[in-house]
Amino acid sequence: MSQTALISLLLASPFIGFLINGFRRKHHSGNVAGAIASVAVFISFLCSIALWIELQGLPKDARSILVNFGSWISVGGLNVNFGFLVDQLSSLMILIITGVGFLIHLFSIGYMHHDPGVAKYFAYLNFFIFNMLVLVLGDSLVTLFVGWEGVGLASYLLIGFWFTDKDKASAGMKAFITNRIGDAAFLIGMFIFFTSFGTLNIQELNALAPTIAESTWYGIITLGTLFLFIGATGKSAQIPLYVWLPDAMAGPTPVSALIHAATMVTAGVYMIVRMNPLFLAAPNTMLVIAVIGALTVIIAASIGIVQNDIKKVLAYSTVSQLGYMFLACGVGAFTAAFFHLMTHAFFKALMFLGSGSVIHAMHEEQDIRKMGGLKKYLPWTHLTFMIGWLAIIGTPGFSGFFSKDEILWLSWHSPLGHWSLWGLGVLGATMTAFYMTRLMALTFWGESRVPKSTHPHESSPIMLIPLFVLAALSVVGGYVGIPHVIGAILPGHPENILANWLGPIIRPIPGITEAEASTEWTLMGISVGLALISSLTAYTLYTKKQELVRAMTEKIRPVYELVYKKYLVDEFYFGFIINPLVRISENIWAYIDVRFIDKCTFWAGDLIKGGGSFVRSLQNGNLQQYAMYIGLGLVLTLTFVMMR
Amino acid sequence: MDSVSSEGLSLITNVGLNHYLVLSTALFCLGLIGVLLRRNAIVMLMSIELMLNAVNISFIAFGKYNNNIDGQIMVFFVMTIAAAEAAVGLALAVSIFKRFKEVNIRFFEHLRG
Repeated sequence: MSQTALISLLLASPFIGFLINGFRRKHHSGNVAGAIASVAVFISFLCSIALWIELQGLPKDARSILVNFGSWISVGGLNVNFGFLVDQLSSLMILIITGVGFLIHLFSIGYMHHDPGVAKYFAYLNFFIFNMLVLVLGDSLVTLFVGWEGVGLASYLLIGFWFTDKDKASAGMKAFITNRIGDAAFLIGMFIFFTSFGTLNIQELNALAPTIAESTWYGIITLGTLFLFIGATGKSAQIPLYVWLPDAMAGPTPVSALIHAATMVTAGVYMIVRMNPLFLAAPNTMLVIAVIGALTVIIAASIGIVQNDIKKVLAYSTVSQLGYMFLACGVGAFTAAFFHLMTHAFFKALMFLGSGSVIHAMHEEQDIRKMGGLKKYLPWTHLTFMIGWLAIIGTPGFSGFFSKDEILWLSWHSPLGHWSLWGLGVLGATMTAFYMTRLMALTFWGESRVPKSTHPHESSPIMLIPLFVLAALSVVGGYVGIPHVIGAILPGHPENILANWLGPIIRPIPGITEAEASTEWTLMGISVGLALISSLTAYTLYTKKQELVRAMTEKIRPVYELVYKKYLVDEFYFGFIINPLVRISENIWAYIDVRFIDKCTFWAGDLIKGGGSFVRSLQNGNLQQYAMYIGLGLVLTLTFVMMR
Repeated sequence: MDSVSSEGLSLITNVGLNHYLVLSTALFCLGLIGVLLRRNAIVMLMSIELMLNAVNISFIAFGKYNNNIDGQIMVFFVMTIAAAEAAVGLALAVSIFKRFKEVNIRFFEHLRG
């Protein structure tokens, strides 16, 4: 098949699936809908593989396929095409999206089996995949933005999928509105780049990016990239716009796995990696990104420690892991950021699906205080979840270890990095190990606190198969990016495949020096050691010494309360932004709208109405009155003529 | 006014354009008032005749004093129209009378659809 046909099929397949399920949702059963949607995504997955193979056949520095389906907007200097670009980066991204997406579709068939709206659910899911592909493949910021908004819409629809529950519906709205703030900034960033460069094509922008870094805070590139980054903080749930992601857990669990862990929330990271030459040209922006990323890592991780909802823990974990990706972007380690994006997609999708399996088994119970000892009932879920756990805490040999340590190492070593960024990263890794072990201990290990009325049961094979595949990927996914220092001691000296693959489109960090192996090993040892200690502590505390935990919590109750209530960030936003805004709007409504604008319009309306009824009374069919008007008119005209 | 009363001939020679116009206006206004105020269709028709003839007077007066024949020709047209109008109007009045035993103008309201 030609490349154009491949890309058309890649994009069209989920869209057709969306149309079929959307328009015929009342006509077929849930399993049929699920099968249609899964096949649609699987076709896309095959296309992605085919495109990836096509790229392999091209020379190393020219691995890009650009397909243009014609002109979309052509106004003045603005030319936007329906152009889709498959290069080293986007080819991997579509593999992740369609591959993980397919597995999650499969899982959903089992998970959403009982739901009456299952066809609608699959229609939304396919709609999401389509938009995500547009986002990833779009060759200009405008096309990217179309996908960006499309996935936002899909996310809103799926978070509020059970919209009869008011809390869930408002969680969807919260996600949508918070994202809208970021999107406004994203648009401003686009405007800035368009006015200064005259194009929004990503390849052209990257080519135009200066090689000399811009040192001011108000330079065009710094401002533009800062606004794009604010857009990314909305979509990728970073400080200060992360508040929507934990609430987004109101949606069905596979949705959390697909949209709010593996794919959509990484769009911000992807965008930055894609435009890396521009971001590298603005070191001040990079500093902001690194600091925001590092702060998000520890703040989200600390909140994750005290949450009791299995999905909330994973949600804060996602925010925290996204923080690592931004930290990596901020220090110029774009390859590491993308590497972590990929491994995180595997192990976090695995853990979310695992939590879905647990929730399914526990009959929609999400509170980990009412679980415990589930290992006995859910052996396979436990096994796969444990692999995810080992990956995320950075156990050597698992995928998370490679990507996280790459990020930590570069945040120390890169000229754009700093030891304090490394410190925050390691602190975050320690906390990650703690809350994840706590989650494992409270859910699967220790004594059972399951209520007598609940009888947990292992999930069906269609839900377990995706778990196995993702577990396997969580183990081996890291071996595509073995760091140089580890590769050097392994037999055969394996190279960093990912870095080689992405090399031609990612600019190296300016001024980076040759690494000292001893330093790297030491830092690696410190972070792994701390994670190990922290996991062991959490394991002991939450399986054997629950009273000690309670006693300690009592002692630091105010701090615990503060963290448990998420540092009162939501309250702050409500108190200082949302409520004042609502009050101002109410006053504007009551005084300006009702008393002034409404009055004016009513007055104008009354005037016309009164005038109309007066004129109507003149035309009453009375012949003699008409004659009188003629006479009066004559008199008036004569008077006028004679007075002149 | 002394000369008018003392000498009969000067009465005619002293009649100028203005006199005719005043007469014409007076007749026109009488006719107009008749049209506006009377309810009897026949009286209204007569009032219209009055207005038309008032106009005729001024036509002829102007024609005479401007030594122009056009005014008098115009009068023939007006008289023709007046005759036609009277014929139609009287026909209407007759049909109204046949129906309502009266020719009050308000019965024409029944023509409204």
